[in-house]
Amino acid sequence: MGKSPTLEFDSKWDLSPAPESTGHINLKDQYDLFIGGKWVKPSSKKYFDTINPATEKVIAKVAEANEKDVNRAVQSARKAYNEVWSKLSAGERGKYIYRIARLIQERAREFSVIETMDGGKVIRESRDVDVPLAAAHFFYYAGWADKLKYAFPNRNPQPLGVAGQIIPWNFPLLMAAWKIAPALATGNTVVIKSAETTPLTLYKLAEVIESAGLPPGVVNIVSGAGETGAAIVNHRDVNKIAFTGSTGVGKIIQRAVVGTNKKTTLELGGKAANIVFEDAPLDQAVEGIINGIYFNQGHVCCAGSRLFIQESVKDIVLRKLQDRMESLIVGDPMDKNTDIGAINSKEQLGIIKKYIEVGKKEGATMYQNTCDLPKKGYWCRPTLFTNVSQSSRIVQEEIFGPVLAVQTFRTIDEVISKANNSPYGLSAGVWTDKGSKIFNLTSQMKAGIVWANSYNKFDPTSPFGGYKESGFGREGGLHGLKPYLNL
Amino acid sequence: MDRVEITKTYKIYIGGAFPRTESGRYYTPKRGEKALGNICLSSRKDVRNAVVAARGVHNKWAGKSAANRSQILYRIAEMLEGRKQQFIEELILQGSTKSQAVKEVIASVDRLIYYAGWCDKFAQVFSSVNPVASAHFNFTAPEPMGVVSIVCKEESGLLGIVSAIAPVLAGGNTCVLLASEQRPLCAITFAEVLNSSDVPGGVVNILTGKRTELIEHMASHMDVNGFLYCGTDKKDINTVQQLAVENLKRVTIRAFEGLMNDDHNTPYYIDDFIEMKTTWHPIEKIGATGSAY
Repeated sequence: MGKSPTLEFDSKWDLSPAPESTGHINLKDQYDLFIGGKWVKPSSKKYFDTINPATEKVIAKVAEANEKDVNRAVQSARKAYNEVWSKLSAGERGKYIYRIARLIQERAREFSVIETMDGGKVIRESRDVDVPLAAAHFFYYAGWADKLKYAFPNRNPQPLGVAGQIIPWNFPLLMAAWKIAPALATGNTVVIKSAETTPLTLYKLAEVIESAGLPPGVVNIVSGAGETGAAIVNHRDVNKIAFTGSTGVGKIIQRAVVGTNKKTTLELGGKAANIVFEDAPLDQAVEGIINGIYFNQGHVCCAGSRLFIQESVKDIVLRKLQDRMESLIVGDPMDKNTDIGAINSKEQLGIIKKYIEVGKKEGATMYQNTCDLPKKGYWCRPTLFTNVSQSSRIVQEEIFGPVLAVQTFRTIDEVISKANNSPYGLSAGVWTDKGSKIFNLTSQMKAGIVWANSYNKFDPTSPFGGYKESGFGREGGLHGLKPYLNL
Repeated sequence: MDRVEITKTYKIYIGGAFPRTESGRYYTPKRGEKALGNICLSSRKDVRNAVVAARGVHNKWAGKSAANRSQILYRIAEMLEGRKQQFIEELILQGSTKSQAVKEVIASVDRLIYYAGWCDKFAQVFSSVNPVASAHFNFTAPEPMGVVSIVCKEESGLLGIVSAIAPVLAGGNTCVLLASEQRPLCAITFAEVLNSSDVPGGVVNILTGKRTELIEHMASHMDVNGFLYCGTDKKDINTVQQLAVENLKRVTIRAFEGLMNDDHNTPYYIDDFIEMKTTWHPIEKIGATGSAY
C-alpha cells in the first residue's frame, strides 16, 4: 500500500482551531466518596490523581475507597433499600429518575467538557453521543418503574436488593447511566465504582443525584482500582454484580461469586467482524468502517476491529479507506473538529503499541495516517493492517485501540465461518444492498448486536450484550430490566 | 421348559446411534436386592463424542422452522404415549408405586405437549421492536444458545428428563444429558422414543454413568454454551459454576421440586437457554436529519 494516488491532503485541508470553552465548568481540586448522600473522606486516607490524557496534567485528586469504605457504601445502600426505596411507590421512584435525566440535560455541556478532559475522547462525541445518551437512558428507564409487570407476562417481578456495579473508562457517564438507571427503575439501590482513570463525571453525577433529592444511600459512588472493585464483588450483602470491562476480569468476577446467590451481568470484550460485500454502497461502508473502529479511539468493546472485504472490491475499498483515514484529525479532543482524541491512559497506549509491534512482527502490512501529533499527551494514529491471517494475534485478541485488521473473502459461507471464528460474540456489521443477504448474515452472526449498513449505533431502547465470551445479560431496552429482577 | 427371557442391554445414545460406552465399563444400580440392569459407565470420551454430535447437528436443528420443531416435540409426545406401559414398568422397577408411575408418565406426555406448543410462540412473547430515536429499524429476537449440558434430576427417572430437555429443545438448542445415576432405565428407553420421533440424531445425546466422574467434563467442555443442573447438591453446583467460567457457559440451576406441578410449565425455562440478538438497519427518510449509517 502506497500513498493515495488520487487525493492530496496538504495544508489546504487544515481547519482553524475551534476549541470548546472550558471556563464554565465547576471542578473541585479533590473529590471524596459519595456515600449515604454525603461526601465522605476515605478511610484509606489515600487520594489518587486523575489526569487529562491529552495534556498529562493533573485535573483533580480523587478518593481511593478501601474495603471499609465499600462496606460503608453497601451498608448505606442496604439501609436505603430497606427503609426508603423498597417502600416508595413505583411511580414516585420513577419520578426521581426523571429528575436525574432532566438535570443531566440541563448540565449537558459541563458533563461533556469534563468527560473529554478526564478521558481524552473528542468533544464532538461526548457532546453528541455520551451525554445525551446518558440522559436518555435515565429518561427511558424512569418510565419503566411503574410498568414492570407489563414487561414480564404472568410474573410479579421483584427487586434483588443492593446492586454492586463496576464500570470501565471508555464511556464513564454513559456506562454509569446504563447501570444505574435500570437498577433504580427496578427498585434496587446501588453502589457503583468508576474506573481508575475516569472518576470525575461520576462525581458530577453525584452532584446531580444530590440536587435531584434522591433519598440518601440509594446511589453510592466510590472510586478506586481493582481492589475497590474486588471489595464490592466479594461483599456479602451485595445481591447483584453488574460489570462492564475485560473478559479476563469478568471471569475473575464470575469465579468470585460461585457459591453465592449473587446474580451477575457481564458485558465484556469483543472482536467484531465488519463485513463488506461487493454490492454494498461502498462510500457509506467506508464511513461505517471508520466509525466502527476509530470511534472513541477504538476504545469500544463492540468496535468493528476485524474488517472483511469481498475480494472483488478489496482494492477500491482499501483505497477509499486510506483516503478517509488520511483526512482524520488526531489531536486536541477539546477541539470541535477533532476526529480522534487522546488514548485514555499511558498504560493503554503501551498495550496498543505492543499490539502494533506484534502485528508487524507477524508479517502484516501496516498503514497509518500521517497527520502531526501533539507533543504532550497519549496519541495513536489510526492504523490498519493487511496481510493478516485468522490466527494472527491482532485478529484474535482485543486491542481496544484504533487498530483495524483487514482480511478478504470470496463466498458468504467463508466469511460467516471466519467472522464467527472468535471466542467473542458481542457485535458484527454487514454491508450489502441486498435485503435477503442482510438477513442471512445477521441471523448467522454469533453476536448480540448486528448492525446492517450501519455501525456503532446505540439507543436506550435497544438491548446490548454479548454471546459466548463477550459476557451475558442485556443492558438497554425491555430486556435490560431482567438482570435486576427476580421473576 | 420355561422360555429363557431376553433381557435388555442398556446402551447410551450419541448422534442418533446406540453405541456401548467407550470406557467398556458398566455399573449395576439396584432397587433393594434386585439389580436393575447393567448400565454403561460413560467416560470423558463419550462426553466429547456427544458434544461433537450435538454441535454437528446444531445448525440443522436451529435452522428448522419453529413450526417443524413444534411438530417434532409433539411427535415425541405421541411416541411416548404409545409406549406408556413400558415406562410404567420401568418406573415401578426403579421404585415407584403403580399409581405414581402412571401419573409420572402421563405428566411427561403432557409436559411435552405443553412445550411443543411454545416452539413457534415464545419468540413472539420475548421479542421486541425497539423504537430507537435515530432513523433505524431495530428489533430484538431470541436465538438458540447452542449446545447445552444437562445433569438430570437424580430422584426422577422420566419426568425429570422430559422437563429438562423439552424447553431446551423448544429453544432450538441441542444437548448432552446425563441420566439419573440410580434411575437410568427410562433415560435409555426415552432415547428409543426420540429415535423414532423425527428428532435428528445428535440433537439429544444421552449418557449414563457416575455423576462424580462426568460432571466436570460436561462443565468444562469448551464447545458447550449452556449448562442446566437439575438438583440441589451444593458440591455439584459449585463444580459446575467454577468450571463453566472458563468459556462463560450460562449456568441454570433448578431444584426441580414438585415436578408434577404446573409451575414447571413456563416459557421462562425456554428463556434461560436463548440469546437475545438486536439487529439494526437504517431507514431511508427523505429530509431526516443526520447520517443514519
